[in-house]
Amino acid sequence: MDLTLHVWRQKGPKDKGRLTTYKATDISSDMSFLEMLDVVNEGLIKQGIEPIAFDHDCREGICGTCSQVINGDPHGPQARTTVCQLHMRQFKDGDEIYIEPWRSRAFPVIRDLVVDRSAMDRLMQAGGFVSVKTGGVPDANTILIPKDDAETAMDAAECIGCGACVAACPNGSAMLFVASKVGQLAKLPQGRAEAARRVCTMTDAMLEEGFGNCSNHYDCEAACPKGISVKFIAQLNREYFMALPKGHKEKN
Amino acid sequence: MILDGKCPSGPLANKWDTHRQTLKLVTPANKRKFKIIVVGTGLAGASAAATLGELGYRVEAFCYQDSPRRAHSIAAQGGINAAKNYPNDGDSIYRLFYDTIKGGDFRAREANVYRLAQISNAIIDQCVAQGVPFARDYAGYLENRSFGGAQVSRTFFARGQTGQQLLLGAYQALSCQIAAGSVKAFPRTEMLDLVLVDGQARGITVRDLTTGEIRCHAADAVILATGGYVNVFNLSTNAMGCSVTAAWRAHKKGALFANPCYTQIHPTCIPVSGDHQSKLTLMSESLRNDGRIWVPKKSGDTRLPQDIPETERDYYLERKYPSFGNLAPRDIASRAAKEVCDAGYGVGPGGRGVYLDFGDSIERLGEDAIRARYGNLFEMYERITDENAYRQPMRIYPAPHYSMGGLWVDYNLQSNVDGLFVLGEANFSDHGANRLGASALMQGLADGYFVIPYTIADYLARTTPGTIEDTHEAFRQSRQQVAQQTDRLLSINGRKTASEFHRELGDIMWEQVGMARSATRLTEALKRIPELRDEFWQNVRIPGSAQQLNQELEKAGRIADFLEFGELLARDALNREESCGGHFRVEHQTPDGEALRNDADFAYVAAWQYKGADQTPVLHKEPLTFENIELAVRSYK
Repeated sequence: MDLTLHVWRQKGPKDKGRLTTYKATDISSDMSFLEMLDVVNEGLIKQGIEPIAFDHDCREGICGTCSQVINGDPHGPQARTTVCQLHMRQFKDGDEIYIEPWRSRAFPVIRDLVVDRSAMDRLMQAGGFVSVKTGGVPDANTILIPKDDAETAMDAAECIGCGACVAACPNGSAMLFVASKVGQLAKLPQGRAEAARRVCTMTDAMLEEGFGNCSNHYDCEAACPKGISVKFIAQLNREYFMALPKGHKEKN
Repeated sequence: MILDGKCPSGPLANKWDTHRQTLKLVTPANKRKFKIIVVGTGLAGASAAATLGELGYRVEAFCYQDSPRRAHSIAAQGGINAAKNYPNDGDSIYRLFYDTIKGGDFRAREANVYRLAQISNAIIDQCVAQGVPFARDYAGYLENRSFGGAQVSRTFFARGQTGQQLLLGAYQALSCQIAAGSVKAFPRTEMLDLVLVDGQARGITVRDLTTGEIRCHAADAVILATGGYVNVFNLSTNAMGCSVTAAWRAHKKGALFANPCYTQIHPTCIPVSGDHQSKLTLMSESLRNDGRIWVPKKSGDTRLPQDIPETERDYYLERKYPSFGNLAPRDIASRAAKEVCDAGYGVGPGGRGVYLDFGDSIERLGEDAIRARYGNLFEMYERITDENAYRQPMRIYPAPHYSMGGLWVDYNLQSNVDGLFVLGEANFSDHGANRLGASALMQGLADGYFVIPYTIADYLARTTPGTIEDTHEAFRQSRQQVAQQTDRLLSINGRKTASEFHRELGDIMWEQVGMARSATRLTEALKRIPELRDEFWQNVRIPGSAQQLNQELEKAGRIADFLEFGELLARDALNREESCGGHFRVEHQTPDGEALRNDADFAYVAAWQYKGADQTPVLHKEPLTFENIELAVRSYK
C-alpha cells in the first residue's frame, strides 16, 4: 500500500516544530508501524535527509518506550496496542496518517517524536515503592495474599509507564499512571505500611511536575495499551482521602 | 595463560558461606567514601545499584534507555526459578544445581552454579517483600509452573510478565535510593569506553544521547551489567538497542571475553514475515507446557492444520524425547525445529515454521483455562500474525535470544581487570553452553542483590577511596579517542545505511555461525566479516551531527562493534571442536544427530584476549573441574 505521512519534525527542545509530509510506498500489511517508519527513514537517509527520530526499543509492547500520537490517538487506532505492536493491516492504501509526539506540559519535546518523560521517574521516586532493603525478609509464603487481591494488584502492575494516559488526557493528568502503582501496592500487605505516605507524596509530586488533574474524561483508559482501568483512579482518590490527615503528618 | 576462577575449596554446599567469611568488609562510615559506577539498569544492574546504594556507597547508574525501567529484562515472560520445593515434588538446592549444570551441558563452573541455586530462594523472598505480584493459589500461597529442562515445578511467575514485574521491583528499589540521594541515575547515556589507571578500572567515558556531550565519570570500581550480544545476528528477540558495545569496549581495554560462541536460539518465536522484519518476537516457552509441537508427516503439505488428521502429524519432540517431550531444553527443541524445516516439513511462509497446537489442552481444560494462563501471549500472537491461536495452531520458529558467553569473571564476579565487575547476562559464568528457561532472571538478581554486595566490598577494602579524579590524563585520552571515533563515523558519508550493514552481518552470522556450525562455514564467515567491516568504514552513511540526539550515529557505533565481535564469535566456534548446548558443530554429532561433547579436550572456558585491530586474539583457558558430579551424556530421551 502507499501512504501519505504528516510527521512532526522539530530539531531540538527550543526549536519550532512543524508537520512535514512524506510518502511511504510499497508498504506491506504485515509490517509493524515502526517497521514502516524504518523503511521511510532508510529512504530519507539515502536522500541525505535526517531521519525521523522516534523512541522505541523492545518492539514487543512491554518496555513502554514507543510514544507516538497517530491520527490524534496515542499509540494509534487499535485498542490495547502500543505503536510497536500496531500493524499496517490497520491502515489501507491511500491513507493519510498524522504522526505527532506525546503532547503534555510535563513531557517536553527533545527532537521530532522523542519526548522527555523523566517526570514519570520522579513520580516513582516520590514514593512508588515499598522501602524494603535487600536481605532480612521473611520466607515468601509467610505473607499470604488472597488470590483476588493478587490478581487486582497484577491488573494495576501491568502499567508499562509509556505515558499514553498523560498524552490522551485533556488535562495532561498522570492520575492513571500514579493510580496503577498506588493501586498495586495498596492491595498488598507489603505495601500497606507506607500506603498513606505514598499516596500523599506521589500526589504532591504530580502537582509539582506540572501534570493536570483528573476530570473524569477516561481518555486515559481508552489510550492505555495495557487496558488499566480507571477504577484505580477511584481507588487512588479513596486512598488519598483516607490518608490525608495521616499521610501529611507522616511526611513532615 | 591458565586462568584461575578462584573458586573456594571445601565441600560444595559450604563454599559460598565459607568464602563470605574470608571476604573483607567496608565499615559503614567508609562506605560513603567509595563511588561505584553501574552500567545497565536491567535486573542485574538495577538490583546491584539499589543494594549498593542501600549499603551506603555512592552509586552512579547509567542506561541508554530514557528510563531505568525500560531495560530489556522487562521483556522476560515466563518466570524465575527457585529451589523452594513449595509443591513438595522433590526439588532441592542440589537438584536445581544439577539441572542447571546438566542443562548447560557441563560447561559451567560447579561452585558458581551451586551458589546460584542456594541464593535462588532468597530472591523470591526479596521480590515478594517488594510487592511483586506473583501468581497465587486460592489459599493465598505462591503458585509454581513447570518449565523446560526440569521435571519439577519450580518456576514462579507473574502472568506472562514476570520479567517486567521483577524489573519494576528492582527499579522501585532503585527509585527509593535515587530519592534518598545514594544513587544518581543517568538515563539516555551510553558507555563508550572503560578507563583504566595503572591497570585498574577507574571510570567510564559516556555519550549523553540527548546533547551528544562526551564526558567521563571516575569511580573506585566499575560494574558492567549491560546484557547480551545476540543482536549480532541482527534479527533476534533482544530490544533494538541491546548491543555488545560496553562489553566490547571493556574487552578492548583488556577484559577477557569468554565463550562467545555459546548463544541460545529460543524455540518459540513468531516466524519472520518478510524483508522488512526489524526484530523477532518471543513467546514464553511456558507455552510448551500445554502446547504440542508438530509438523505434517508429508513434506510440502499445504492443507490447513485443522484439515490434517492426527495420523498424518509428526509430534517430533514427543517421538524423539519421550520423557521430556515438548519440554525438551531450548537448544534441543530449536535444533529439532530447524532440522524438520530444512528437511522440507516446515509450515507457513518459506516453510520456516512448525505448529504449536493447543487443541488438546483446550479440549481437556477448556478455553478459559488456557486464556487465564496465556491470554496475553495469544493476544500478542494475533496482533502480529492476524491469526487466532484458540482456533488454529500457532506457527513458531527459533530465534537468537540469549548469550551464555560474556566477559570472563572469577567467583567474585570480577573480570581479569582489577575493579571491573560484570553481572547478569554480560558475564559468562553460570549457564555453561546453554541456559535453562527461567534461569536468566534468577542469575541477574542473584548477582545484583546477593553476590556483588559481598564481593565488591572485598575489593574496595583493599583500595584507597577517591584517589583518581576525572581530570586524570587517562580520562582525557579516553574522551579524545571516543570523540575521534564519532567524528570518523560521521565523516565517511558513504552510500549504505547502518541498518543495511547490520542486515548483511546478520545474514552471515545466521547462515554461517547460527545453529548448525561447520568448519567450512565458520572459515567462510571469518573471511567475510572483516570484508564487510572494511566496507562499513568506507561506505556507511550517517546523517546529522554529533552534538544532537542522533539515533543513526548510536546505531552505527553499535554495529561497528558487532562487526568486530562477530569475528570473535565465529573464531571461538571454530576453535571449539565439539558440540555442546547451544553450540552445535555438524562434525561432532552422534549417529542419531545428537550433540557430541569432547570432555577430554574441551572441558574448559575459552577466554579471548584482544590484541589490537585486525590482530588474531589470544586464547586463554580456564579448565573446568567437576568435583561433585560426573560428566554425563546429556539425555532428555
